[in-house]
Amino acid sequence: MKGIVDFEVCQSHGLCMQSAPEVFELRDDGFLYILQENPPESLRGKVQTAVRECPTGAIKLEG
Amino acid sequence: VRRIAVVGASLAGLRAAEAVRREGWDGELVLIGEEPHQPYDRPPLSKELLRGEWAPSRLDLRRGQGLSELALDLRLGVRAVSLDARERRIALADGSQLDYDGLIIATGAVARSLPFASGLGGVHVLRTLDDALAIARELAARPRVCVIGAGFIGLEVAASCRALGVPVTAVEPQRLPLLDKLGEQMARRVAELHRDHGVDLRCGVLAQGLLGGDRVERVQLSDGSSVEADLVVVGIGVQPATHWLRGSGLALEDGVRCDATCATSLPDVVAAGDVARFEHATLGQSLRIEHWSHAVEMAGHAARRLLGGPAFTTPFTPVPYFWSDQYDVKIQFAGSLRSDDEVALIEDAKEARKLVALFGRAGRLTGVLTWNRAPQLVRYRRAIAEGMTWAAALAQARG
Repeated sequence: MKGIVDFEVCQSHGLCMQSAPEVFELRDDGFLYILQENPPESLRGKVQTAVRECPTGAIKLEG
Repeated sequence: VRRIAVVGASLAGLRAAEAVRREGWDGELVLIGEEPHQPYDRPPLSKELLRGEWAPSRLDLRRGQGLSELALDLRLGVRAVSLDARERRIALADGSQLDYDGLIIATGAVARSLPFASGLGGVHVLRTLDDALAIARELAARPRVCVIGAGFIGLEVAASCRALGVPVTAVEPQRLPLLDKLGEQMARRVAELHRDHGVDLRCGVLAQGLLGGDRVERVQLSDGSSVEADLVVVGIGVQPATHWLRGSGLALEDGVRCDATCATSLPDVVAAGDVARFEHATLGQSLRIEHWSHAVEMAGHAARRLLGGPAFTTPFTPVPYFWSDQYDVKIQFAGSLRSDDEVALIEDAKEARKLVALFGRAGRLTGVLTWNRAPQLVRYRRAIAEGMTWAAALAQARG
C-alpha cells in the first residue's frame, strides 16, 4: 500500500493528519510531510479515511 | 432485487453512495441529482471558478476515478418531486417513479434570494456550477460589484473580485461580518482584512431594493444611501431542500430531523449533509451544519446506519470543522462558538496574517480558530474531541 499526495493540489488543510497521524504530518512550516511512504496494512482504514476527507482530493492510495 | 436510493448527487450524496458500496452493499444503488452535471465540488465555485483559473472539469468529485466502479444507476438532470413513505416510492420530475428499500436523503440546500430581485438582470445567487459560470462571465466585463450578505460566500466572492481588480462593495446587516460565526474580536479582524484589500464594506445596513431597467444599476440601503452596481451577488444563506418531502410524513424542522445516529423519523430512511438536522449527543443540541467536511462525515455515518438498521446505535458526534480561503488567508475553525465564550488569542502575527484563537465554555476547550496555522487547528481540534479543559488548553498554549 502506498499513500501518494499531489502537492500541486494539496492546500495544507491538515485533515489527513487527523485521520492518519502515523502517515501524514503537517508541520509548522505549513508543508505536509509523509512519514511513511509504504504504511503497513494495519493503517489502511485510516489512510482511506484521509483520502476521503481531503478537501482538495490530493491524496491517492495505491495497492 | 433490493434497492437503495440516494437523492442528491452532490458531495453528501456521492460520499453516501461510496460508503454504501464500501460497506458491502451489492444490491441496486440509484443516485438521483437535479443538476445535469456529474457530482462536483462546490468550494472552488466562489474562488478558482469565479476567477477563471479552473475549468469546470477540475471540480469533478471522482476526478481520475470515474463512477463505473460504484455500479450506480445514475439519474442526473431529474429532480425528486415527492416521497410516498408508505409505498417506499419516490416520484421524479420526468414522471417516472422509483421504489426503494432504503433511502438516503442528501438534497442539500437552496440559496435564498432577495424578495425584491425578481427579473432584474445582473443579479445572481451562488450555489451551483451554473451560477458560478454566469457570474464569471459577467466579471469578465469588469463590472462594479455589490455583494449582499458578507457571510462566507459573500466574502469569498468579494476576495475573488479584488483578486481580479474589480471594485466591490459588501453589504452586511450585522455590525461586523461573520460576527455570529467567529465572535466579536475575530470578526473585527475579518473586516480589517477585507478593508485592507480594498473592499468597501458597509456593515449594520440592509439592502432594501434594487433599481435598474433590464439590468440592475443601483442597490438601495436601509440607511438611505445607495451603491451603484452592474452585478449583484446575493449571499444571504440557504434553505434546506425539503420542499419535495412535504406531506410525506417525514419529520421536518429547518431540515430533515434526524436522531443521534442520522436516522430520520421513518424506518429505512436516513439523511446527511446540509439538509439534515441531527441531535449531537455530546454537545446536547440539535444541529444543521452546512460545511464540506460535515457532509463527508455524516454521509458515511448515515450509510452505516441505513445498512445496520436500528441495531446500529453509534451516535454521530463530530467536532464541526470549516474553512474559508480569502486572499492569502486560510481561515479554519473547529468546534462550536457562542457569543459569551471565553476567547484567548494565543498567537498573533499580524504582518504574516497568522493567528490562533481558542474558545472556551464551562471549563472546556470548545473551539479553535486559525489563520494560516493549520497544524495548530489540527492539534486543538483533536483536543476538543478528547474533552480538554480550558485551563489545560491555556497552559499548553503558554508552555
